Amino acid sequence: MMQEGLDDGPDFLSEEDRGLKAINVDLQSDAALQVDISDALSERDKVKFTVHTKIPPAPPRPDFDASREKLQKLGEGEGSMTKEEFTKMKQELEAEYLAIFKKTVAMHEVFLCRVAAHPILRKDLNFHVFLEYNQDLSVRGKNKKEKLEDFFKNMVKSADGVIVSGVKDVDDFFEHERTFLLEYHNRVKDASAKSDKMTRSHKSAADDYNRIGSSLYALGTQDSTDICKFFLKVSELFDKTRKIEARVSADEDLKLSDLLKYYLRESQAAKDLLYRRSRSLVDYENANKALDKARAKNKDVLQAETSQQLCCQKFEKISESAKQELIDFKTRRVAAFRKNLVELAELELKHAKGNLQLLQNCLAVLNGDT
Amino acid sequence: MSNDLRRCFSWERRDTLCERKSFTNQSKQGFRHHGVITLCRKHRPLDLLGNLQYLATLDMESVVAAVDCSWPVPSICMVSREKGDDNPANAHHCRCRGSQETTASLSGSRNLGFHGEWTLVFDEEPGVQKALEVLAACRADLHSLPVSAHLGLFSQSSPSSPEPASLPAEDVTANSNGPKPAEVVLEDDREDLFAEATEEVSLDSPEREPVLSSEPSPAVTPVTPTALIAPRIESKSMSAPVIFDRSREEIEEEANGDIFDIEIGVSDPEKVGDGMNAYMAYRVTTKTSLSMFSKSEFSVKRRFSDFLGLHSKLASKYLHVGYIVPPAPEKSIVGMTKVKVGKEDSSSTEFVEKRRAALERYLQRTVKHPTLLQDPDLRQFLESSELPRAVNTQALSGAGILRMVTKAADAVNKMTIKMNESDAWFEEKQQQFENLDQQLRKLHASVEALVCHRKELSANTAAFAKSAAMLGNSEDHTALSRALSQLAEVEEKIDQLHQEQAFADFYMFSELLSDYIRLIAAVKGVFDHRMKCWQKWEDAQITLLKKRETEAKMMVANKPDKIQQAKNEIREWEAKVQQGERDFEQISKTIRKEVGRFEKERVKDFKTVIIKYLESLVQTQQQLIKYWEAFLPEAKAIA
Repeated sequence: MMQEGLDDGPDFLSEEDRGLKAINVDLQSDAALQVDISDALSERDKVKFTVHTKIPPAPPRPDFDASREKLQKLGEGEGSMTKEEFTKMKQELEAEYLAIFKKTVAMHEVFLCRVAAHPILRKDLNFHVFLEYNQDLSVRGKNKKEKLEDFFKNMVKSADGVIVSGVKDVDDFFEHERTFLLEYHNRVKDASAKSDKMTRSHKSAADDYNRIGSSLYALGTQDSTDICKFFLKVSELFDKTRKIEARVSADEDLKLSDLLKYYLRESQAAKDLLYRRSRSLVDYENANKALDKARAKNKDVLQAETSQQLCCQKFEKISESAKQELIDFKTRRVAAFRKNLVELAELELKHAKGNLQLLQNCLAVLNGDT
Repeated sequence: MSNDLRRCFSWERRDTLCERKSFTNQSKQGFRHHGVITLCRKHRPLDLLGNLQYLATLDMESVVAAVDCSWPVPSICMVSREKGDDNPANAHHCRCRGSQETTASLSGSRNLGFHGEWTLVFDEEPGVQKALEVLAACRADLHSLPVSAHLGLFSQSSPSSPEPASLPAEDVTANSNGPKPAEVVLEDDREDLFAEATEEVSLDSPEREPVLSSEPSPAVTPVTPTALIAPRIESKSMSAPVIFDRSREEIEEEANGDIFDIEIGVSDPEKVGDGMNAYMAYRVTTKTSLSMFSKSEFSVKRRFSDFLGLHSKLASKYLHVGYIVPPAPEKSIVGMTKVKVGKEDSSSTEFVEKRRAALERYLQRTVKHPTLLQDPDLRQFLESSELPRAVNTQALSGAGILRMVTKAADAVNKMTIKMNESDAWFEEKQQQFENLDQQLRKLHASVEALVCHRKELSANTAAFAKSAAMLGNSEDHTALSRALSQLAEVEEKIDQLHQEQAFADFYMFSELLSDYIRLIAAVKGVFDHRMKCWQKWEDAQITLLKKRETEAKMMVANKPDKIQQAKNEIREWEAKVQQGERDFEQISKTIRKEVGRFEKERVKDFKTVIIKYLESLVQTQQQLIKYWEAFLPEAKAIA
């Protein structure tokens, strides 16, 4: 876990952990449950906290579609496939499902941790309820009206963002942060996309190993010469090495791609925060102008004054919290990258060593035979 | 006795079962008169004529012999008499001077005609001189015959005879460059044959070793069932494998049947010429200690069509007798056009490299084949600096189109041939090869996919590396920035690794599979040739049956000339049937041997290549470990 001093967090998570362990037996039903909750929670958070702070991005919806498709295929093809093919496919499916599930769990964990660590959010009642309530939460999904509202809000935001970004900031810190975030965001986006492609290629290669293994097996069982034992051994090797390669791909995905994706959204959220601050700055400046105008005209001065004061307060508050958030962002980012990169390297090493061992063993056997 | 006569006897001895008079006595005296030499005729009387010519040039006391034949050559009188009948008065004379005479005039003598045995009677009667004159007169015409041609004609070794056959007459194989070693071999051969000629075999002996023929035809003489070999029009090609049989044994003994000491390399592809006439020239280097090559190390420049030409020559000589000739690499119009046009990009260099490797493997496989290694065309290809351009390999040439048409015709024929397979081994093997073919194709497809994905992985890793570097640049936390740059470096190295692995995937694994898929197609082709051979034999048997029916009909209708003709035809077709059977047995035997050799090679090949491939995978993993181990401390150093 990344952050300091969590009261509720650890308990809950360990509970969840325990819960998860129990759940591992039956994967499907639980996933559905989790999805619903996260959706609802994130949306409600957004609704509540748009103004002041940076909202930790919601965990992504887990993509179980691919696995569901495979499961369906498996069910359909059960009669037609040989026993080996069937068990193989089943294993493959399980491995894949497990990988996606791990991913999802990690994302959710990150999200919950973030919320828990947030000085303001952690105090939110919804959050407490979420963490403590023993039974199933019933969450209302967004209704049509709210969805439409969201849509318009997004439109407005993006248009506004363009206008607002033109305003030069007085504060150096924020100016620097703005340029930095812009560049960083774009590059993280790029890196995330490329990393995705890379892990997907890796997975395709692992799948090819699978097919090669089956073909070699078929060759081995059908061949009449003494090469059949050879083929069977190599087929076995490919099967095992394929599992490792698949895990490499999954781990890369987990540690690298997901990390980048998360920070993509984080940096987006940071940008959004800056936008909001700029927005409030503009509002503040507008209020100032209005006040001056009012004073000049000597009409509605009190009103203008109040509104100006309000804007000023808002601006200062948001500036303060934004500053804090952005500093936190950096710290968090560095820590997250460190953790993930270290884990990535360790996992890559572990798998490469495993692979090497497998290959060397197989070679020893083959060379011994021939 | 002169060599020429020896030839006659070797000839005789070879084909038939016939009694012969020994010549041990005669060698001292020349021909004894009243001796009877029975010469069994060859398929074409030209042979006999040729032999007679030789006989006539000998200093013989008397020859009364003339051959009658319905061949469109000036015929000579023939004299024959019934076997065992020593009474000169019974000799039949058939006169003809420069005319075509049918054998009808010699009715009553069964030994006559186009398909019979002739008995030459040597006696001292005055008729001899006359006959000699006639013979001499005809010799002029005989001269125009390719006398030596017939000598190569009985080259087909019968299945039961162990020695390789004939004399290596110069123009026997139009393709060959005069195989010298074979000649030496045959010298010994002749000695052997001659030794056997000294056996005394009584004319009247009823014992016959049914060495060669199958069923005796009813019209056969008491002497022998004729086992006539039909010299084929493609006799030129037939002699080639037979001669080499002997040297192959030699080579196998030499090398213990394992490795032939010859190494081939194909290297240095060079573009020659410009524009659409440009081509790639490859250097073919041979290192060998085999004695049949003039040097122990030499190299020549060859272009792709030269390789195709070599393959086409080898295929035309050896495929239809059952040898598995390794197929040449495939043509690629697209690939070559890119090279010609001069595109210097990575895809054309890849194409050239792929082709170079394929050509090398092709040559290596070809020289591993003991029979093909002996072929003079192969030697010429490897050794001679200038090679005549093989135009027939062009796809759109006349020969190319002919090839396509033949292929189509063959495909149709194959569907219509229903062979009664008496040998389960062949059926089993064909099925096995069919299965193997399917499996290899599937595996090949998977490996190709792997190559493709690995190339993709390499490209994506490279892209990611660049992106990570950029990210590192924009990161303002120094330690993290450095770590990200390190990550970028690691990923770049890994990308290289993936690229190399993709090469290994392709050049070792994938190309091995595609080579074997094409080899199996060649094996299937050889099985098809056997089927065609069987079909020919079947057809001959059917025709023979028809001819016999015709004869019977003629007998009933009592038309003497037609009967004789029918009998002649029956002889002809009997010969063809026997030849067909012999060919079929030969090709079956060759195929068995070839398949055995092929299977051994296959097992060896696969094992070697796959082990090499696995070693490449090991190397990749070892490198990966190195890279990540270097990176780990960097990652941990992020503070």
